[in-house]
Amino acid sequence: MEREVIFRIRRFDGEKTYWQDFRFTARKGMTVLEGLYFIKENLDGSLAFRASCRMGVCGSCAVKINGRPRLACETQIFDIGSTLEIEPLDNMPVLKDLIVDMDGFFRKHEAVKPYLIRRDDDYENPKELLQTPEELHAYYDFSLCIKCGACYSACPASATRSDYLGPAAITAAYRFCADSRDEGREDRLNLVSGSDGVWRCHFNAECSEVCPKSIEPAKAVQRMRLMSAIHMIKSIFR
Amino acid sequence: MEVIKSDIVIIGAGLAGLRAAIAAAEKSREVSIALISKTYPIRCHSVCAEGGTAAVLREDEGDSFDLHGWDTVKGADFLADQDAVEFFVREIPKEILRLDNWGCPWSRREDGKIAQRAFGGQSFNRTVFAADRTGFHEVHTLYERSLMYPNITRYDEYFVTNLFIEDNAVKGVSAIHLKTGDLVFFNAKAVILATGGAGRLYGFTTYSHQVTGDGLAIAYRAGVPLKDMEFVQFHPTGLIPSGILMTEACRGEGGYLRNRNGERFMEKYAPERMELAPRDVVARAMWTEIIEGRGFEGPYGPYIALDLTHLGEEKIEERLPLIRDAARKFAGIDPVEEPIPVKPVAHYTMGGIHTNMWTETPVKGLYAAGEVAAVSIHGANRLGSNSTAECLVFGRVAGEKAVEFVQGKRFSEITREEMLAEEKRLFDEFLGRSGDENPYEIKKELNEAMDRYFWIFRTGEEMKKGIKKIQELKRRYENIEIVDKKRGFNTDLMQAMEIGFMLDLAETVAVGAYARTESRGAHYRLDYPKRDDENWLKHTLAYYAPEGPKLEYIPVTITKWQPVERKY
Ligand SMILES: Cc1cc2nc3c(=O)[nH]c(=O)nc-3n(C[C@H](O)[C@H](O)[C@H](O)COP(=O)(O)OP(=O)(O)OC[C@H]3O[C@@H](n4cnc5c(N)ncnc54)[C@H](O)[C@@H]3O)c2cc1C
Ligand code: SF4
Ligand code: FES
Repeated sequence: MEREVIFRIRRFDGEKTYWQDFRFTARKGMTVLEGLYFIKENLDGSLAFRASCRMGVCGSCAVKINGRPRLACETQIFDIGSTLEIEPLDNMPVLKDLIVDMDGFFRKHEAVKPYLIRRDDDYENPKELLQTPEELHAYYDFSLCIKCGACYSACPASATRSDYLGPAAITAAYRFCADSRDEGREDRLNLVSGSDGVWRCHFNAECSEVCPKSIEPAKAVQRMRLMSAIHMIKSIFR
Repeated sequence: MEVIKSDIVIIGAGLAGLRAAIAAAEKSREVSIALISKTYPIRCHSVCAEGGTAAVLREDEGDSFDLHGWDTVKGADFLADQDAVEFFVREIPKEILRLDNWGCPWSRREDGKIAQRAFGGQSFNRTVFAADRTGFHEVHTLYERSLMYPNITRYDEYFVTNLFIEDNAVKGVSAIHLKTGDLVFFNAKAVILATGGAGRLYGFTTYSHQVTGDGLAIAYRAGVPLKDMEFVQFHPTGLIPSGILMTEACRGEGGYLRNRNGERFMEKYAPERMELAPRDVVARAMWTEIIEGRGFEGPYGPYIALDLTHLGEEKIEERLPLIRDAARKFAGIDPVEEPIPVKPVAHYTMGGIHTNMWTETPVKGLYAAGEVAAVSIHGANRLGSNSTAECLVFGRVAGEKAVEFVQGKRFSEITREEMLAEEKRLFDEFLGRSGDENPYEIKKELNEAMDRYFWIFRTGEEMKKGIKKIQELKRRYENIEIVDKKRGFNTDLMQAMEIGFMLDLAETVAVGAYARTESRGAHYRLDYPKRDDENWLKHTLAYYAPEGPKLEYIPVTITKWQPVERKY
């Protein structure tokens, strides 16, 4: 099955922003990413967007499609309709067309110490740590974040406060705090309970709504809040 | 022009590059390490690796280094260097444990120990895995760990364009900072290439869009030989129509391959190992079924059915969740209910930059690790789950070797003339030129030619046509025009350069394959269907020359496993 579609793309060439329509014939099964490549290779080579894996694991291709952040590679054109409005993600500076600057987003992720912290860390002589399937399960779903930025784009708290860590970074912090092998919870709680941390969240849960990996970052933020509250009370009485 | 000085420069932040960076930083907190990649590290291709990483963890349960070594060498159709294989199998278990200590969510047994699964060509279930998202978790774990080292500085979204070598010693690289479009020079004492394979030479491929062989081509043009490029792996099960990989773990977990008569046809081709024979064997069997008319007919041509329905929903959800998700999203099929339509697909570059087992290239201070390199442990056919393992082991080796190398060395400057020449080449001559060829049309034709002439079954006559086609495309490439003339985030410029890289690499695959008049591993010739150890138990080296690659040959290192007939 084939059908004519319109990609209405919000473009930015470094100086000006404008909308441009591209019409072409799409076939059933074609993804939005394939549509973007079709345009680049046949209609306008200057169209800029990011993509790599085209299978929903690298996190490169999140854009806004008809107002909602989605992975272009996982979205079928026909599931959206015959006119698709495509824009770059919100809450990050646009560099060109659909490409936004994610350096700040990655810095926030770095800031929460998103790695396993262990006192007995021994590079030369690593040992097998035991972890039961249940213990693995406790954090596993939160380890699936591909850092696509969809949640960050949809987050009202990130829109109003640019220093807010945002749902993805807090999810990363929670993922490690919930790992039975980790000993770095204290460090991380100090990092996420400041004025740029978990207490900024408005609980609209848009983040969970748009996450293409069904991670529920809002749940992670909520759990981190609980952990920080307990942590704060404990530190008062220490 | 901006010049950044760094003792060690690592190009590529996939599994191999990240592992190299950590190894270097562990070895010395003093050396400065620049980690450059054209994508953010977690956007590298390695995140796509699904099935797992091979390692001997349970000698008490019957596995051994010798078995892993033998499986690898036999899988390689005896073209692997056995000293490197012996070293490799001993080192990988430690890497698995390091990743465990750094947070990798390995799948576990009930007793809490790291679980392992079956994979093709293995005589023990030794593939360690994290569901069917192994590469994803490995990359994220390494990336996150790398954040702990202050002497690693990342340069994300920098596109490397060239390598500078003087008196056979490396002295740096140039890169376009994509965000600004500026050309930046990295002056280094040692350079590690970790830019991955060249999967996108083919149209029907499992590879990410970014895997265009840049590092291979840059090194090749700078005079470094490429080894065994004619060996390209075709994975049996690429999802139709996108080519997305349906991991070998589908069969490792008990899945079947069936033809249109419902037969598990592998019993004709590999009665002992059945669906778990090595990839070259299974891919040829499937293609034979298709050619002989026993494939299913679909809107995208003939295919074979990958049947998981008997595994049950629970097992599929636990062990193969990504596969289920991908089959649903990209083919509209739920593998719990119906078989998945698949056919063989271009999947791995066995060839690569010529290095010894210490990742050293013939150029001083220049190292290569991961898929970009041919160490060579995969020979003519890689075993599934040995590649992520290779990235970890030899990434580490490269990082450590580079640190040893830079001790007491001085920087040798990239001259102003060299910088100006590179600037002129890229922006005036390449970006500035006008022409009437569309680079993407050239890429499309290249992909078609590779899919047709250098696929699973090859013949001299067909390959000759392929070589002519590639040469024609190279000529036409001289006349391309890049539409986007702006500097900032010019993906048009970057992709046009990638296509240029691919054309050079295609030629090395083509010429090497045409010259090798035998069948070995993944290189199968209908006009020379037998392996020929007397004449061809040797590695191909391709050297750059303007008129096309010059071939030389070097012997294979054999330590304890003499070549025998390969049966499964
Ligand atoms: C779908 C799929 C599944 C796989 N599954 C498995 C598996 O289960 N087990 C297994 O062992 N193997 C598997 N493999 C193979 C394995 O994934 C790869 O061989 C391995 O990940 C390669 O890693 P790498 O670090 O060498 O390169 P990559 O991960 O490809 O990284 C290359 C890096 O180089 C950078 N780069 C490239 N060019 C430039 C340039 N010009 N300038 C700057 N940076 C550049 C990229 O940005 C990237 O960071 C699979 C392969 C595929 C295609
Ligand atoms: S939590 Fe979900 S939406 Fe947010 S970055 Fe991760 S994968 Fe993307
Ligand atoms: S291209 Fe990788 S997530 Fe879409």
